[in-house]
Formats: sequence, C-alpha cells, structure tokens
Amino acid sequence: MAHRTQPIRPIHFILGGSAFALLLLLTLGTVAALWYRAEITSSLTPADWAAIRFTITQALASAVISVIVAIPTARALARRNFRGRKFILTLMGAPFILPAIVAVLGILAVWGRSGYISDFIANFGLGPLNIYGFGGVVLAHVFFNIPLATRLLVQGWSSIPVEHFRLAAQLGMHTTDITRHLERPMLRAVIPGVFLLIFLLSVSSFAVALALGGGPKATTIELAIYQAIRFDFDLAKASQLAMLQFALCATIGAATIVIAKPMHFAQGLDRRAERWDARETRYRIVDTAVLTVVCLFLFLPLASVFLRGIVPLFTLPAPVWVAAFNSVTVAVLSAVLSVCMSIAMSAFIIRIARKRKTVSQVMEVVGFLTLAASPFVIGTGLFVMTFPFVSPFAIALPITALVNAAMSLPFSLRVILPAMTRAEDHYGRLADSLGMQTWGRFRLAIWPRLKRPVGFSAGLAAALSMGDLGVITLFAPPDVATLPLMMYRMMSTYQLGAAAGVALLLVTLSVALFWIFDQGGRLEHNVR
Amino acid sequence: MSITLDNIEISHGSFTLSANFKIEEGHKIALLGPSGGGKSTLLSAIAGFKTPDHGRILHNDTDITSMPPAQRPIALLFQDHNLFPHLSVEKNIALGLHPNLRLSDAEREIVQDALRRVGLHNQGKKMPSELSGGQQQRVALARCLLRDRPVLCLDEPFAALGPALKREMLDLVAEIVDGSKTTLLMVTHQPEDAKYITDQTVLIADGVAHAPVDTAELLANPPIALARYLGT
Repeated sequence: MAHRTQPIRPIHFILGGSAFALLLLLTLGTVAALWYRAEITSSLTPADWAAIRFTITQALASAVISVIVAIPTARALARRNFRGRKFILTLMGAPFILPAIVAVLGILAVWGRSGYISDFIANFGLGPLNIYGFGGVVLAHVFFNIPLATRLLVQGWSSIPVEHFRLAAQLGMHTTDITRHLERPMLRAVIPGVFLLIFLLSVSSFAVALALGGGPKATTIELAIYQAIRFDFDLAKASQLAMLQFALCATIGAATIVIAKPMHFAQGLDRRAERWDARETRYRIVDTAVLTVVCLFLFLPLASVFLRGIVPLFTLPAPVWVAAFNSVTVAVLSAVLSVCMSIAMSAFIIRIARKRKTVSQVMEVVGFLTLAASPFVIGTGLFVMTFPFVSPFAIALPITALVNAAMSLPFSLRVILPAMTRAEDHYGRLADSLGMQTWGRFRLAIWPRLKRPVGFSAGLAAALSMGDLGVITLFAPPDVATLPLMMYRMMSTYQLGAAAGVALLLVTLSVALFWIFDQGGRLEHNVR
Repeated sequence: MSITLDNIEISHGSFTLSANFKIEEGHKIALLGPSGGGKSTLLSAIAGFKTPDHGRILHNDTDITSMPPAQRPIALLFQDHNLFPHLSVEKNIALGLHPNLRLSDAEREIVQDALRRVGLHNQGKKMPSELSGGQQQRVALARCLLRDRPVLCLDEPFAALGPALKREMLDLVAEIVDGSKTTLLMVTHQPEDAKYITDQTVLIADGVAHAPVDTAELLANPPIALARYLGT
C-alpha cells in the first residue's frame, strides 16, 4: 500500500474542492449567514418550546412504532418463502422515492375525515376520525418508515451467516433458541441505527407536518421556520429556529455515525436462509397475519390514490403541465449536480485517504452534513444571502434544484464513494502500471465500474427532487409551481380529485425518471 | 451402521448430481473432485440441508430423506462460521448438549473434558474472536465430540490453514473418529489430504458421485475424470 503513487492532481483539487466548498457554503455557510442576520434578542417563546417538544415527541413515537412493527414484518419476510415475496420487498423500497405529499393524499383517503375507515365506522355510530395533529403526523411517518425499517432489518437477517441457521438446525434449536442466539444479537446491532435514522427523517420531514400538522399543538420546528418567513417575515425568529433545528439534526446525525453500523442500500435482500424451525403452524399463522396487516396498511393508501386519480389524470388543466415541466427540469438539474458533486468529492476523498486517513474521514462526514442540515435551514440561509441582490422569487426554481441536489448528496455519496473505492482498488493500480493518466484513466478504467451506481443514484436524486415539497413552498410566487406544490395547493382548497390526478402524474414521472437514469447506467459501455 | 444413497438426484441451479452407493461403518471417506463439482451439495443432502429431487437416503433401514437436520445421525463442520461470535468457547460447545445452555454440573464437566480432548483446556472463557482460525475449528470439533453422532462430515473446515496446522487437525480428527468408531466423510480437493487420513474415496466429477473405492488404489490408477483433475 505504501507505493501507491497516484497523485492528487490540480483537477482533483479544483473539482473536488469546489464541490466541498459549495457543500460547506450550503450547510454551514447558510447557518452563518443566519447567525449574522439574526440579531437575536428575544429568547425562545412558549410557542417555540411547544414546537421543539412536538418535533421530538412525534419523531420518537414514529421511530418506536416503525421499528416495533418492522421487526415481525422483517422476520416474516426473512424466514418465509412465498410467491410475491420479491414483489413485496421491491414495493418496500418504493416509499423512498414516493413523494411525501402523495402519501399524505393516500393516507387521507383511507384515514381521513371522509376516508374509508371513517365511512365504515359511521355504520356503528362512531364519529369520523380526525387525522390532523399528532396522530396524523405520526401515522404518515410510520407509513413512510415501516418499509425502510423493514428493508434494513431484512438485510440484518440476511447478514446472519447461512451456516449459523444450519448449525442451529443441526443442534435442534427451537425458534426461541434461534431468537436468543442468532436474531437478538443481530437486532441489538442493527436497531439503534435504524431507530436513529427514522428519528432523524421524522425530525426533518416537512411536507407531512405542513399537510397534517399545524396549529399551536402540532407545529414542528421546520414548520415554524416556514411560518416565520412566509407569514411574518421574521428572519430573526427563522434563523434562531433554523440553528436549533441544525443542532438537533447534527446531534442525531453524530449519534447515528457513532452508534450505527454502516448500512448498505440495495443489496443482499434475496439471500434467504432456509428455516427448519419456522415450519410449525403457529409461526406460519403469525407471519401470514403480520404480512397481511402491514401490506394492507401500506398498499391501501397507494391503491386509493391510483383509483381516485385515474379519471382526473386525463382532464388535468394546462398549468399542471407547466408545473410538470418545472418539476422535471429541476429534478434533472439536481440529479446531474448531485452526481457530479459526488464523483468529484469521491475522487478527492480517495486520493487524500492515501496520504491522510483522518482528513479523508472528516471529509466523508462533511459529505453527509446535509443529513443534519434540513433543506429549510439551507433554504432560509440562501434566502437571507440572496435577497439583498435579487428577489428570491425570481430564482425559486434554480434554488430548489440546488437545495435538492444537496439533499440527495448523502445518498449518492454513499453509493458512489464505495463503488469508486472498489474500482480504484481493483483496477486503479493496473491502470497506473499501464501508464494510464487523468481523463483516459477515468474514462477507461474507472467509469465503466462507476456508471451503474451513478445511474442508480442519479435516478434516486431525480425522484427525490421530483417529490420534494420543501424550499419551493418558501420561494415560489403564486404563478410558479412544481407538481408537489400544485398538489398541496389543490389539497388546501379541497380539490381532492384533481390532486389525485396530479399525484398520479407525479408518481408516474418520478418512477419514469428513476427508471431512465437507472437503465442508462446499465447500458453497455461503449469505449472507442 | 450404514448410510445408503438410493439413486438420489440433487439439483443446484442448472447443475444436477446423482449418487447411488452405500457408506459402511467405520470408514474414513474423502469426497474428492474439482470445486463446483457438487461435493458440498452431496454433504448438504446427507445432512438434511438440501432435499434430493429423486431417490431416498437411508440410515440403516430407516428412510431419513425428509428428516429434519437435528434428528439425523450426523454432525457437520462447515468451512466457516461454525461458532457464534457472541458466545464464549464454553457456551459454543455447550450448545451441543442443550440449545438453551442450561447445564448441570455433570454436563459442565463434559464440556471441560471435550475442551481438553481438543487441546484447549483453560480456554473456555475466551470469545471465538480471541482464538486463531485453527483453534476455532478445534472448538467446533469439540462440539461435534459432545454430539456423538455416528457420522462426522467435514466440509473443508481446514482449507484456510497452513500445511503443518492442517496435518495436526487431521491427526486430531483421526484420533477422534478412531476412538469412537465414527464414520468420517470429508470434502477435499487436495489428493494428499485424502491420502493422509482416509481409506476410501468418493470421486465426484461430471455430475456423478461414484461409489467409494480404496484411496491409495484410486490415486495410483486414476480414472480419466480424476486424472484430468489431478493434471497427471
């Protein structure tokens, strides 16, 4: 290892360095700008404290419930083999690219005041459900995070060596023994990371709180920031809250890095160990029941959006198509930006790692900073920085693209950095020994191993951006919209049918964008 | 004691392995052949981890084709992951007596005895990660000792060890099986390992597991399939 001589060239400094600079500007720079602007005089009001309390309690509840439901679900998927298992696992990945506002619409259709369940219990003289507030926010977060937690736990299960299950079968272990010797140690290692991740996602989620929360009792910090700017134009309040949010997210993020074991996305879900112990009837019944209930909970809202949206989809008004064009443009821009930044940063990190391991590790953590910085903190900061020069409303879409790119950076970095490290490990030295340099080296030796993960992360970034309902709510003038914003506006004026039509269009475009990028990465590499 | 493979056929993806022979008590038998040839697949079927598509597996006269792994007369050592990393050496061995680890004093003594027999006395409190690869496989062997099954199957558990250490382990295995009249089935792709410890060899090549023949004779006059593998 000592003789690795691949040098850090100026290009790595320029590209990698500017990617890092941009990232630091967006995360820490925006916070600094807020700090400078704020002139904080007042301390936190009771309303602020209520927002902090609500943010933390709803996130705690969301994380606890998601994990508790995910454990038996993942266990059932890990120890059963049945037709449709693969399908369920694939759909469990879907909420990751499912726009939050679409999910909210689906949840309203099932759990809302005039949803299926309210209609049903009305037969027994029970009043309609009230989904707004704490319960609704937690319900939506649980809806989003059960699939995520389940997938991560299924990965945990498949990380247990197959030999251990065979050993258990040889030793005649019962299901309780297997739980004790195999499953519990794995869960103890995996659950803290899953819990913290869901907690973090629930603290920083905005669209759900905007649509289902609100009012003095159910306002999250993010929502309070939005309201401070949008309604009161109180920048001091906004920056104060933004820093609070950053501190909260950074603490959770740091805890995640310290406590959680590294988790891998999109791998190893198909490896399933044969389970001789779980053939007993009672375990079959338990697993079937769990999977049925969870699948109903997850798929009913989605099905209802589809059913309600299919007719309005064909009569969408013209502004929707303009919004669709905006959304796609923003999504493609932010996907390209996110991936380019990831590649530049990865190349830089890998080269620095050869000289100074700790520096590169710090840089890697910086890459994940946007997990801690919420888009609203960034948005608010950019707002403060730009509004002396240019009306923020005029540059709403570019800013949205930029913020979305930054938000998807942790995910694309997580996929691209390991892939590039592998490519460098396997082929970098070969390329060096052949005297390949700079652009040719990248194009011929590294890129062919990189394009699949790049395609995948670009697809992910595009889909995330398509569905984002965040900064755009802050900047968009009334005549400019993206699809999620349009949906939100329709929902707040109770045009639920039209909203379902837009939702269907939005989901279709998101999936299509993801698919195109992902497939693009799989195209045969043509080297001339 | 005997194990009969009655016209069995096992498929693994697009690959099928067939076998039709009898394994007699007290022999030490090598399963020899190229990697990917189906050696481990055959062991998996005998141990109950894979169900054959056709045919029956008999233990004496009892059909064990669909018997769960724990009830079969077989102890199997894998190449890797034979120990649970979060349990001490003692506890890993004790699993061979009771999966719930509630042991009587007498049983605790049995565990210590097994440790002594594999040359690891006073190491019982250690965690597997504190042991070398060879020592870890000794612990796994100690557990097989406790289970006292008539057939011991080794799925290349010593493949990662150096030549001297491997001989040492094979000596230990020979000592154990000779002392208890256990039948040994050992997967290997090294003819010298087969020669060192076994008296019979099952040649596995081209989708067929051949009936066991005398190891020395087989290696002296290898049939074409074996000669191709050996490169002679």
